[in-house]
Amino acid sequence: MDHYRPFQSRQFEQQKFYSRLLLGCLSMVVLTAVLLSRYYYLQVVNYDDFMTRSENNSVLIEPITPPRGKIYDRNGVVLANNRPSFNLSIVKERTVNLDSLLSNVSKLISISDFEKKQFFKKLKRKRRPFEPIQLKADLSEEERAILAVHQFDLRGTLVTAKLLREYPFGYNTAHITGYVGGINDRELKTLDPLLYSGALIVGKSGVEKKYEQDLVGQLGYQMVEVNSLGRVMRELNKEEPINGKDLHLYLDHRLQEKAYEVLEGEKGSVVLIEVETGGILAMASAPSFDPNKFVKGISHKKYNLLTSSSEKPLFDRSLLGQYPPGSTMKPVYGLAALNEGIIDKEYNIYDPGYFQLPNSKHKYRDWKRGGHGHDIHLNNAIIESCDTFFYKLSTLMSISIFHKYGTNFGIGVKTGIDMPLEKNGIMPSRDWKKRIHNLAWYPGDSVNASIGQGFTLATPLQLAVMTAGLANQGDIPVPRIVRNKNSSFVMKKKVEIQKEYWNYVRKAMKDVVHDSSGTARRINQGINYQISGKTGTVQVIGIKQKERYDIASTAKKNRDHALFIAYAPSDKPKVAIAIIIENGGSGSARAAPAAKEVIETYMNLYPVIPNESNMP
Amino acid sequence: MSQSEFVRRMNHGNSAFVDTRNQWNRFHLDLHMLIILIALVCTGLIALYSASGQNLNLVHSQLIRFGMGFILLLTIAQVSPRFFERWAFVPYIGGVLLLCAIPFLGIERNGAQRWLDVGIQFQPSEILKVAIPLLLASYVAKRSFPPSLKTVFFSLLLVAIPVALIGLQPDLGTAILVGVAGFSVLFLGGLPRIYLITSSCSLAVAMPLMWFYGLHGYQRQRIITLFDPESDKFGAGWNIIQSTIAIGSGGLGGKGWGHGTQSQLDFLPESHTDFIIAVFAEEFGLFGVLGLMALYAALIIRCLLISIRSQTMFGRLFAGSYTFLFFLYIFVNLGMVSGILPVVGVPLPFMSFGGTSVVTLMCGFGVLMAISTERNLMERKRNG
Repeated sequence: MDHYRPFQSRQFEQQKFYSRLLLGCLSMVVLTAVLLSRYYYLQVVNYDDFMTRSENNSVLIEPITPPRGKIYDRNGVVLANNRPSFNLSIVKERTVNLDSLLSNVSKLISISDFEKKQFFKKLKRKRRPFEPIQLKADLSEEERAILAVHQFDLRGTLVTAKLLREYPFGYNTAHITGYVGGINDRELKTLDPLLYSGALIVGKSGVEKKYEQDLVGQLGYQMVEVNSLGRVMRELNKEEPINGKDLHLYLDHRLQEKAYEVLEGEKGSVVLIEVETGGILAMASAPSFDPNKFVKGISHKKYNLLTSSSEKPLFDRSLLGQYPPGSTMKPVYGLAALNEGIIDKEYNIYDPGYFQLPNSKHKYRDWKRGGHGHDIHLNNAIIESCDTFFYKLSTLMSISIFHKYGTNFGIGVKTGIDMPLEKNGIMPSRDWKKRIHNLAWYPGDSVNASIGQGFTLATPLQLAVMTAGLANQGDIPVPRIVRNKNSSFVMKKKVEIQKEYWNYVRKAMKDVVHDSSGTARRINQGINYQISGKTGTVQVIGIKQKERYDIASTAKKNRDHALFIAYAPSDKPKVAIAIIIENGGSGSARAAPAAKEVIETYMNLYPVIPNESNMP
Repeated sequence: MSQSEFVRRMNHGNSAFVDTRNQWNRFHLDLHMLIILIALVCTGLIALYSASGQNLNLVHSQLIRFGMGFILLLTIAQVSPRFFERWAFVPYIGGVLLLCAIPFLGIERNGAQRWLDVGIQFQPSEILKVAIPLLLASYVAKRSFPPSLKTVFFSLLLVAIPVALIGLQPDLGTAILVGVAGFSVLFLGGLPRIYLITSSCSLAVAMPLMWFYGLHGYQRQRIITLFDPESDKFGAGWNIIQSTIAIGSGGLGGKGWGHGTQSQLDFLPESHTDFIIAVFAEEFGLFGVLGLMALYAALIIRCLLISIRSQTMFGRLFAGSYTFLFFLYIFVNLGMVSGILPVVGVPLPFMSFGGTSVVTLMCGFGVLMAISTERNLMERKRNG
């Protein structure tokens, strides 16, 4: 403490302190002089200059939002449109009496308490003078007319136009187009704030999300001159916005409507794909939802209702639903067995209606009680969908071959479709089981896998792509939604299989429909072209992955999933289809007729001209 | 006037400054300071009303903060400075701990984590603005004179820890100001000249290194923008262009309260926080700015007098360095808004809207008032 220091030292200390303080004061004086001269320079020397600039500086920059790109189907029918919507706003500075104005307005058109509350909330916020504050959004034509008539009594009101997204086909195309909505905090971090300063909406799912970059366009600017009261006097300079790019899809809205229609009252999915290009002609997932509800902002309550519904309408079954493909895998496995030389066309078995592994009592049952009998060749096994044949095959052919061919046809791998999300599915193998379940591969696993059950899972889209691969004799297309992007013909890879085996298996697939013993024979009536297909009926019980669907509908929960894959016409395939109806019963009774309806619609809309091949 | 003569006169003339209004001292009140503070607060509220776009809610909440600040100030003034000298490490450690908590509990605003939310939101870095001069003054006052190498080393270490933490938030402006405040204690405490020369040399070397490695992109941009605001007209340069236009168009007499077009029409960003002086200068002109500066100058002179007349080394050092810090705040803010310093987020004391800075500012002046009245009371005892 300084009390104990010698007096001399204290005085020296003080003197040193004072001299330092003086130094500090001097620098403060110097710095203050600098500041004062700066303010003098700005406010006196350059006053005229700055005053002029301040007067001219009544230029405000306002963003101009470009209209979002529209989405069209293949024939130019619009699937996502921009609809002008009119909002009623109030400019407080121009009103005489705000309260009486509000009561006058609510006498003319209905204003809800919620809207009033929102209005006063916005009014309290900091804003520019003469900034309009929205009172009611999306006025009806009638309301606009009423307001126009009474315009002179309603000083301070303003009707402004704004573009609102609209999906004319609503439920039908909901999963394809997706929807737009307000930007949330998480999206705000990844988006360019400048680009979205005017738009305030962003694609949330489907094409709207995947092609956001194209659809959004480039923000424009408008420099407007405001007077000293902040009122816009004139437009000075304008940088036009670049409109969002329009998108043309492979989709045909008529096929899409049909696909959605055949699923009516069911849960399931239909995917119709153009085999030559991989273009998606129709892709429906039922049940669906109305994307228009999301555009104006959906309440939490309604949104929760949609997401928590056991029907899962927001869930796109075509891309995200993973189902056991069941017997629809049989043509691929048959090709595998022939091509790898495991069996030949002469190989046949006797089917007693079940199969047993050596040293095991467990019976793997065929779908047909009593069995298919003697002389079951591979083609019979496909036509009649004989399970026992494939059970037997699983003891001859290693799972790695099942895995190789399944994967080559696109099961268990992403298809690469231009949509934001898709699931992998599962094509099981020894490695896969070791990795995921840390268990060895058992012969029983192969038996289940041989008829596309057990661990095997595929999305409806994967099945459609696989079917297109069968139609193309090995060319696996990459499915595409949007046409004017990468429209070049993309084939994933060629599955190398001998021509002779292709002919054999494709003949069998045609006979599934056109042979009297075929499982899908009931759909061969009344068509002047041929369809090749394969039915599938998948047991729901005991399939753990699908248990959530059980809760959905207790009455139907034990029923099988109905599947059907097909391509048509058989000789010169144009389209391939995959259809899954959850708990729909059997593939032949439920799925095949539905698929036929869609194919029929396609053939009527795009009839095959007989001498097409001669045309240039 | 030579330095020694100034010192002699100061010592001699001391008696002329003796405060005779002892009835105020009895309640530990420094009347001069109180009057100036109240005048500044009123000016601040008037400016804020206009700058916030006639938002009474904002003015109201600022008024409540000033009220809280005054209660704190008057409470602190009752405490003996010896108490602060003894317990100076407490606010320091508390402040540093809160700074450490920011990466885990902090709230991010505008890309920087400076805020902590414990029921109320506040900036821990503000606490350090008082805590560092307090701790260093008590530390340096206890050591031998002039400060030894060891004292200097430990003092710099004590300053460096919070400065680094604040700099990482990142809040370059506050980090520099807090650092300078700590350094000024050493400077006033008789830091040998050799250190001053060495440190200014090392600073000159460190500057280019800082530029390339120490600064964030946006900080560098702000400095570049300072020299050529037109280069980035609608980005970082916008603030500077708009604020200089606002100040310049104010002229001598200003456009009148609430009639500044720059600020009222939203050309000026941050008009009620860091850039409030631009609104003030636009609406009240150069005369208004001079008046405000005179108020600040009066407060600074009052604080310097308290520093000079304090009987203890601690009192002198704290009062002196806190005054410097206060001045620096004003200088940096007025400089950045008028375009001669880079835009660092430094509020203008008593004017800018903001909770923590109001309260900590008042705490600092509370300690100053305690130092001031202690001296007078001691003198009174001696005299009577």
